[in-house]
Amino acid sequence: MNSGDTAWVLISSALVMLMTPGLAFFYGGMVRKKNVLSILMQCFIVLCLLSVQWVLYGYSISFAPGDGFWGGFKWAGLAGVGLEPYADYSATIPHQAFMIFQAMFAIITPALILGAFAERMKFSAFLAFILLWVTFVYGPVCHWVWGMGGWLRKLGALDFAGGTVVHINAGIAALATAIAIGRRKNLEKNVPTPHNMPFVVLGTALLWFGWFGFNAGSALAANGLAVNAFVVTNTAAAAAGLSWAFIEWIKNGKPTVLGVASGAVAGLVAITPAAGFVSVIPAIFIGLLVSLFCFVFVSEVKRKFAYDDSLDAFGVHCVGGVWGALATGLFASKAVNPAGADGLFFGNPQQFLVQIAAVAVTLVYSFAVSMVIYKIVDSVMGVRVGEKEESIGLDLTQHHERAYTILE
Amino acid sequence: MKLVIAIIQPDKLEEIKEELYRSEINLITVSEVLGHGRQKGVTEFYRGAKETGNLLRKIRIEIAVNDTFLEPAIKAIVAGAKTGETGDGKIFVLDMKECVRIRTEERGSTAIG
Repeated sequence: MNSGDTAWVLISSALVMLMTPGLAFFYGGMVRKKNVLSILMQCFIVLCLLSVQWVLYGYSISFAPGDGFWGGFKWAGLAGVGLEPYADYSATIPHQAFMIFQAMFAIITPALILGAFAERMKFSAFLAFILLWVTFVYGPVCHWVWGMGGWLRKLGALDFAGGTVVHINAGIAALATAIAIGRRKNLEKNVPTPHNMPFVVLGTALLWFGWFGFNAGSALAANGLAVNAFVVTNTAAAAAGLSWAFIEWIKNGKPTVLGVASGAVAGLVAITPAAGFVSVIPAIFIGLLVSLFCFVFVSEVKRKFAYDDSLDAFGVHCVGGVWGALATGLFASKAVNPAGADGLFFGNPQQFLVQIAAVAVTLVYSFAVSMVIYKIVDSVMGVRVGEKEESIGLDLTQHHERAYTILE
Repeated sequence: MKLVIAIIQPDKLEEIKEELYRSEINLITVSEVLGHGRQKGVTEFYRGAKETGNLLRKIRIEIAVNDTFLEPAIKAIVAGAKTGETGDGKIFVLDMKECVRIRTEERGSTAIG
């Protein structure tokens, strides 16, 4: 047991916890003011719901030593998950420290999806969808990549802090739900604009801050690897924020605040799987390029195919996540992390193929199962609010509250 | 000269603007207001305290027109705002005594357009 490591993982857990409210402000600022509370509420209730789900059975299905596909219920209710280290995951910190760190990942991942169906989902259906999704999508995929005996882990796929498990997984589920729920009402005539850009910037800042816990905390120790992850995380976010601003400047004539914020988040997404395997110059490339890919998806591809991924959960998290996972297969180096692997540019093309396989499996599985879960919830309780409710807004119709008063 | 005041649903504003532009009416003022008609607003709860009959967000449009543009303005607003449901809104038409363009101090109907 190492007190420094334990302290760092606990602080990192708190940092990652803060990302979910950060995401709430990032997303909440982007919706119309009649829906901002619904976004804050959905993020916050995910924090409540999944904190309980995780200790009851979520941690067990993801991390208990089951078979290659499913952890099982051996550790349900944290049975056997104590205050001594569990060496297979982390030899120097209490097992419960690892558990609570992972809990924060399980919380933010489904929260990312809600950007895709913002402003039009019933709250009751939201709860049902999220609970089924973490049970049948997040749980298994997390087990495959990070769990003891997980089959993608055995294959040698590298995912330092959750590019595949968190971002590709949530991002492709976002696309599935955006397609399934359909476009918001009257979208062509009444283009929704962000109601509070300062919230978006505040949310981005909180995400960036929390991401140090997400990535550097994933070293599970207060050591050199954590420092590497910290430095490349900051560098990639910065490079991507710059890159998005200049892309807009060239393409649209002016750089925007929303653009820099989106770029920074895309950079953080892309560096996530690579943070413990690449050095700082590759991190700059990863950041510069992710903005280009995400920009093309959110501004061109989305328009062409007319899916209403309202807040670009797919366009930023899935696209950025795929680039990050593939870039890990290009730029990974054993000089950074002897426990990792070399990538294509360091003489190991095999690693790039493994990364492609892990990405493809996650895309297919998560898209398909997310779609099935959506259809089941829709047939049982109906997912989408009525037209009139959509028009009045989800704050008043789903929660009987409003965010802002005009009078008083 | 008439002053046209319309109270409409917020998500109909863009359509009304399009209809107005089509009728070559380009000068409008828009404000956010609260109100309710026959539908009686909504219920809100804050820590268990219930408030009924609360006001809903509406948009108020003001357009000053010369008499020849009155009917086109009304038709454009109706075309953009009408769904046939309760809550589509109201249009009020008032006689307007005077209009002054501040920049040139022109008065009357030449100052409107």
